[in-house]
Amino acid sequence: MSTLEAGEAGRLRSYFDYYLTRGRTQIQVNFQYRVATYMWMIGMLAEPIVYLVVWTTISEHQGGAVQGISTGEFAAYYIVWTLVRNMNIVFTPYGWEWRIREGELSAALLRPLHPLHDDIAGFAGWKVATILLWLPIAAVLWIAFDPTLDPTLLEVGVFSLAIWGAYLIRTMFMSTLGMVTFWTTRVSALFELLIALELLLSGRLVPLPLMPDWAQELANFLPFKWSFYFPIQSLVGDLSTAELLGGLAAQAAWIVILTALTLFFWRFAIRRYSAVGN
Amino acid sequence: MAAPAVRVATLNKTFFVPERDAGLRASVQSLFKRRHREVRAVDGISFEIESGEIVGFLGPNGAGKTTTLKMLSGLLYPTSGEARVLGHVPSKREREFLRRITLVMGNRNQLQWDLPALDSYELNRAIYRLPRPEFLELRDEMIDLLDVGDLVRKPVRNLSLGERMKVEIVGSLLHRPGVLFLDEPTIGLDVTMQKRIREFIAEYNRRHGATVLLTSHYMADVEALCRRVIVIHQGTILFDGPLARIGDQFEAFKTLTIEIEDPDADLSGYGAVLARDNGRVKLRVPKAETARVTARLLADREVADLTVEDPPIEDVIELVFAQERPAGVGSTETQRAEVPPSPAPEREDQ
Repeated sequence: MSTLEAGEAGRLRSYFDYYLTRGRTQIQVNFQYRVATYMWMIGMLAEPIVYLVVWTTISEHQGGAVQGISTGEFAAYYIVWTLVRNMNIVFTPYGWEWRIREGELSAALLRPLHPLHDDIAGFAGWKVATILLWLPIAAVLWIAFDPTLDPTLLEVGVFSLAIWGAYLIRTMFMSTLGMVTFWTTRVSALFELLIALELLLSGRLVPLPLMPDWAQELANFLPFKWSFYFPIQSLVGDLSTAELLGGLAAQAAWIVILTALTLFFWRFAIRRYSAVGN
Repeated sequence: MAAPAVRVATLNKTFFVPERDAGLRASVQSLFKRRHREVRAVDGISFEIESGEIVGFLGPNGAGKTTTLKMLSGLLYPTSGEARVLGHVPSKREREFLRRITLVMGNRNQLQWDLPALDSYELNRAIYRLPRPEFLELRDEMIDLLDVGDLVRKPVRNLSLGERMKVEIVGSLLHRPGVLFLDEPTIGLDVTMQKRIREFIAEYNRRHGATVLLTSHYMADVEALCRRVIVIHQGTILFDGPLARIGDQFEAFKTLTIEIEDPDADLSGYGAVLARDNGRVKLRVPKAETARVTARLLADREVADLTVEDPPIEDVIELVFAQERPAGVGSTETQRAEVPPSPAPEREDQ
């Protein structure tokens, strides 16, 4: 092994060590506040249960399916939705706004590690706790709504990767938006506009096949679908192997694009940081 | 000759602060015409700090101390000028640079709030890529030095302010930084805790040869740790030299204490009478007049005892802060007295 390769291997080992340690730290924090975390997760169930009841009712009134999606498939979609939604919760531009306004970014900037690593590793630890806490919730929903779900081993494997891909896409998307807060400390207007767009074009409000054709077409060119609809569909849908692997490739492409965008803006943004608040 | 650990040359930082008058009318006007004020937080300062030196960085609130420390630790981009710390340009925020410095802010917590400090230390090990044996050795050494063995196992949120600062300092030094920027490390602590932290800083400096730039409003910190001080006011340096000589620059008066036979003697012709206790009288006399007044007193009166004293350093610093700018000290000229081992000249123009 050359010195360069050995150095690179050492660097990767260090990152792995950091991510493991930071993730473990976050899991400890979440388990310390397990009741609060659980109550919060249960509170978040209101949204998918409303969607689920609405679509189940419509489906039953239309003879057991809406545009080819059966009642059981709706149930499966929205039960998996609950996990994907949790995987989609990341550090938002509001968080960046708070960091900058309060000077909280200073501590992160003093470390020889980009603050994004801390966000990714910390929230990833939180996700591990989330997945464990989600399992009993999923079991209750399963009993209550009787979903149609019969995934293949490949679909389970792709889903396991896709939920982390979704997590990274949304993290990097929110980080890119977060860069705006270096120029304006009130980012909410832009953020809320994009959240509305995401709600419609990600598959969060309704499964994408129920949207008009032009909206489905538009969704193909935006990252939202790949952080929401695709992971759900990889498990509950009937995607071909090519579609499953193509979906993972699309996720990887969006992660690269959004990371590059964040890092590009970061170079200019950090010069504007005024470290106020401390 | 080794390069200085910290080198600052005509460093500036200007903030553009939006401002408007109070009220709805001004608020509406600001929609169309925004007004900004230029605030020169740091205004062309220059200094050098040799490796292993402990330097006190003094100034009133808003003088530019923290802004300077933030520029030197890479948190803020300077508007202009040059800064180098251990040969690195701080604003580039190179990893190697960040691994070799630390900034401790007395009012800021950098540890995981909900977890014992030991968990945060473990995280620092991963962040700074410290080999485990070396990390454990240094961690335990620091824990012993600051006597925080019982505290590092409690969640940080359950610690008192002083206890938190001690475990915070341990966390900030685990990567064995060569340069320490300490911004009010003893703020809000009781005197015992202040003393403990001072001793720890001195010991860390002695053991590891670290360079320290310290800001503090407590003169006890400065007197205990710093042979050299830099006084900054309104973004410019007023004094840079040995602490012991700050009086030479700024003291306008000396205090004469005399014991005379006649307790009611009128001494107002010699100086301002500050206190009178039987035959013991305290006089304030202009520094330049001290020798002449002393000679006159000895010639005119039956003086049993006479002492000439400098005012306490604390009073001198207070005087420096209170005045806009002392006579003879302009914005483009700073005083730089020689401090061993620095070979810097007595005076240099910026």
